[in-house]
This record gives sequence, structure tokens and C-alpha cells, in this order.
Amino acid sequence: MIELEGLTKRYGEKVAVDHLTFSVRPGIVTGFLGPNGAGKSTTMRMMLGLDRPTAGAVRIDGMRYDQLKDPLKYIGALLDAKAMHGGRSAYHHLLCLAQSNGIDRRRVHEVLDTVGLTSVAKKKAKGFSLGMGQRLGIAGALLGDPRILMFDEPVNGLDPEGIHWIRNLMKALAAEGRTVFVSSHLMSEMALTADHLVVIGQGRLLADTSMADFIARNSRSYVRIRTPQREQLLDALHGAGITVVEAGAEVLEVDGEKSEQIGELAARHQIVLHELSPQRASLEEAFMRLTAESVEYHAHDGRPLGGPEPRQAWGPDWRKA
Amino acid sequence: MSMAATQVVRSEWTKIRSVASTVWTLGLAVVVTLALGMLIAALSKNEYDTMDERDRLAFDPTFTSFAGMSLGQLAMIVFGVLVVANEYSSGMIRTSLAAVPRRGTFLFSKVAVATLLALVVSMVTSFAAFFLGQAMLGHLKASIGDAGVLRAVIGGGLYMTLITMFSMGVAAMLRSPMLSLGILMPFFFLISNILGSVDATEKVGRFLPDQAGSKIMQVVPPLDDDTPYGPWGGLGILALWVVAALLGGYLVLKRRDA
Repeated sequence: MIELEGLTKRYGEKVAVDHLTFSVRPGIVTGFLGPNGAGKSTTMRMMLGLDRPTAGAVRIDGMRYDQLKDPLKYIGALLDAKAMHGGRSAYHHLLCLAQSNGIDRRRVHEVLDTVGLTSVAKKKAKGFSLGMGQRLGIAGALLGDPRILMFDEPVNGLDPEGIHWIRNLMKALAAEGRTVFVSSHLMSEMALTADHLVVIGQGRLLADTSMADFIARNSRSYVRIRTPQREQLLDALHGAGITVVEAGAEVLEVDGEKSEQIGELAARHQIVLHELSPQRASLEEAFMRLTAESVEYHAHDGRPLGGPEPRQAWGPDWRKA
Repeated sequence: MSMAATQVVRSEWTKIRSVASTVWTLGLAVVVTLALGMLIAALSKNEYDTMDERDRLAFDPTFTSFAGMSLGQLAMIVFGVLVVANEYSSGMIRTSLAAVPRRGTFLFSKVAVATLLALVVSMVTSFAAFFLGQAMLGHLKASIGDAGVLRAVIGGGLYMTLITMFSMGVAAMLRSPMLSLGILMPFFFLISNILGSVDATEKVGRFLPDQAGSKIMQVVPPLDDDTPYGPWGGLGILALWVVAALLGGYLVLKRRDA
């Protein structure tokens, strides 16, 4: 169990983390989602006692991080794959961590085996690929057999096989009753692994909800219509009591799954349709809409992200995988 | 020592023995100190015949055999800097502090382990430099039993150890190997010598860590010596520098985000 209470980090004038209050529960994977620069890594560093909060507090099983005796036995973290000395072998990297927390040497061999690095245990970490470094970092997180695990962007830069492995590992750890907290800037990734979602933008809490709720609330289905006879269609829809939203020139949108009804209505009134397509807003898009105002670095394509137009861009693929 | 500190000391020993830089920096310190010391001892012996009476009176065979330390200490400085600052340049510091959140325990365990290793290497080097240097000096040689000689030889080992500790403190303050070496190297190799050889700054210069500390290696004082401290006083001044640097390093580590 991790509890954050009014956690705040300011760098001079700039607020990186702004009064975050939420808790991370055991037995499930909690996704920590936010655009780049939202304050996810800063929050995680404060959770580990690496950065000092300007205000607020973090409790790990009710205690401050620096009050934990042998913290690796409570909480294991992968912050970034390069947080190790490149000149040291994988074995010695893990051994020095184990010794500092009074963890048996045997455990080093066990976690090396778990992450599949036994054959390169004596090799220096600087020769490792990103994926191998990530695995070594995860081995370090698992070392103390902790009840809480924290991963910062664990799939970044991994090949598909590595991504698959990490997803399954996180689910397995949560199934064992552990607390699993994982950050990402990709909604699609979270949709596959997380049971619960904490979304932040510009350091502020935007959502703290179960994944199922988030999907139910945000994956709205609607019908997209294009017609040259806009006025006639609007009148016809109003006449049938159907609410319409105008989403740009010539484009109308109707909530719900009413494409048959609208098609028949148009036929009855002899209105020409250029498009009548059922749509489902993706989670990625819902996430972007949620964080749109808080995105710090916009790509300048003349339109803010999450605006009404690019609905189709992300597709509903997240459900299939 | 508490349980936790014992664990951290053991961990730091694993860290220090599992990187190649430990071997080559310490190895280089030994080789350079001994080789340069022997060379200068041999040259001094040849030069002795051409010296005038005053210089012969001031000739210090013990101190002469330690001449290689001026260069050898630079390798010890690199050792001290790398032990501490590599945590920062590699990113290991975040992993280390997540494992050992008590920052004082972390820093002082690391410094203790590195200091103990530096002390062993420095003592061996100092004794070896003395005996090898005296062997080169032939009939000019001093004996380990002569007045003040054993103090100077042990002092030589302590001097190198304290210089290593000083550089660990500086590295903990600056948190970067390049920055630390960029300041310490010219400081010990150039600035200290320049300050010491100009009349106007000489009085300031002799309170610098290396000039004050190296006083303990002298058996025969130089001509017109008006240094306001003795051998142990000089080592004490160096020790104060060490305390200040380590305290500064501790405060920086304690206060700043990792």
C-alpha cells in the first residue's frame, strides 16, 4: 500500500507535482498515466525518498521511506535502466544491492534466473542492450521479494518480446497479491495491463478510477454523418427527437449506435448522405482529451490535440489485443 | 556499528572491488610513486657531489625518497573522486539511495571502505618508497631507526590517505567526476606549487592541504624554515581540510535531490 497526501514539488516558480493525493492498493496493477513532463518520474522519485517534496508526504505501508529498515524488502523499483555502474557485472551490481539490505546471496542467482540473465551474469552492464539493462533493473527491484513494486516506463525501448514479458510479469506479481505501480505515457499500454488508473497532467490529479469505469465512461460510441443537405437533415433529426452535434463543416455527430435509424430517416426525407459511419472513440483519444489542457509541449499542427477532428486516428485496436 | 551500517559497509566493499578503476588507479599510484621516487633519489645522489655546503646540510634523504608522491597522489585523487562521483555519472546513485535511504550511513560507509583501502595501499607505498629510495641513495641513505624517519614514513602513508579522503569530500560536493578532477588536478599539480613559490602568496600557500600535509614527511627542515607548524601540526591542518570537505559533501548529499 502506497499513500500520497498532498504531495507537491516545486522547482522555483515551476510546479512539477501539484497536491497529489491518491493511494495505490495491493493485488492489482495500478497504471500511472500522463503525458511526457506531467510529473510522473518526479512523483516516483519522491515516493522513493530520492527527491524531497516541497510539501505533502508519501507513506509506504504507513511509514516514511527513510524509516523503512531494509527498504528493498518493502518496495522494489525500476526507475531507469541506466541507473547502474556500467563497469560492474550484473552479478556484482545485484550483490552489492543485496548486501546493503541483508538479503541472502542465493537470492541474487534466483532473480538473475527470473529475468533470464544468468548466462551474462559475469558480463559488464555497459555491454548490455536496453532490454537487458531493463531486465537487470527489474532483477534489482525483485531482489528483496518486496510486497510493492514500482516501474517507471518499463516498456520504453523494448522489443515486442520484452514488452510481452514485462506485461505478464506485472500481472503475475499483482496476482500474487503485491502492489504494482507502473507509469506510462501510452494509454494503449495501460489498457492492456492496468486494473486501476491514476492520470496526472502538469502535476495535477486528473483521474483516479478503475480501468473498467474509465472505459465505460470514455469509450463513447457515436455516428458520424456527412451530407451536402445539412439543413434538411438537421430538421429531420430534430423532428425525430435525435440530438445532433456539429463537428466541423459538413460533419455531424450523433451519440449512440443509431446508424440504421438515421439511414432510414434520411431515406424517408430523400436526403443525400456522403457518409454514415458508426464510430467508437478510443481510450487513447479519451486520455488525450482528458490531458489536453495540461499538455505542456504541443505539437504545432494548428489544432490542439484531442480537438474534435482527429477522432479516427487512434482506432479501437486496444480492445483486440 | 549498527547492523544496518555493517550491511552497507559490506555492500560498499563489493562495489569498490568490482570495478576496474579501483585496480588501475591504486596500481598507478603505487607504480608512479615508487618509480619516480627511485629515479629522483638516484639523480639526487649524483647531484650531491656538486652541491655546496648549505645544500648538503639541508639534504633530506627521507623526503627525497617520497618525491614520487607529488605525482602518485594524483592517481589517489582520481581513485577518491571515482569512488564517489561515479555514483552520479552512472546514475547508480538513485539505485544506491533507494537501497540505503539514510544518506549519512551511505556516504560514510563508502568513505570508510575507500579510506581503509587507501590507507593500506598508501602505507605499503610509503614504506616501499622509503626503502627503495634509500637503496638508490647509497652512502647518503637514512635509516628507518634515525630520529624522525619512522614518523615521516608513517606520515607519508597518512598523507596520501588524507588526500584521498579530501578528494572524496570534494567529489561528494561537486557530484561529477569531470568537474571534480578538473578542479582537483590543477589545484594539486599547479596552483598549490605556484602559490608556494611566490613570496607574496607563500604564507597562504602553506596552509593548503598538500603543502601543510607534506610537512610530516620532512626529517631535515629546509634552510631558513619559518613554517609556523610542525609535522603533526601540518597533518592536522590537512585533516581539517578533510573534515571540511567531507562535511560539505555530506550536507550536499543530505539536502539535494538525487
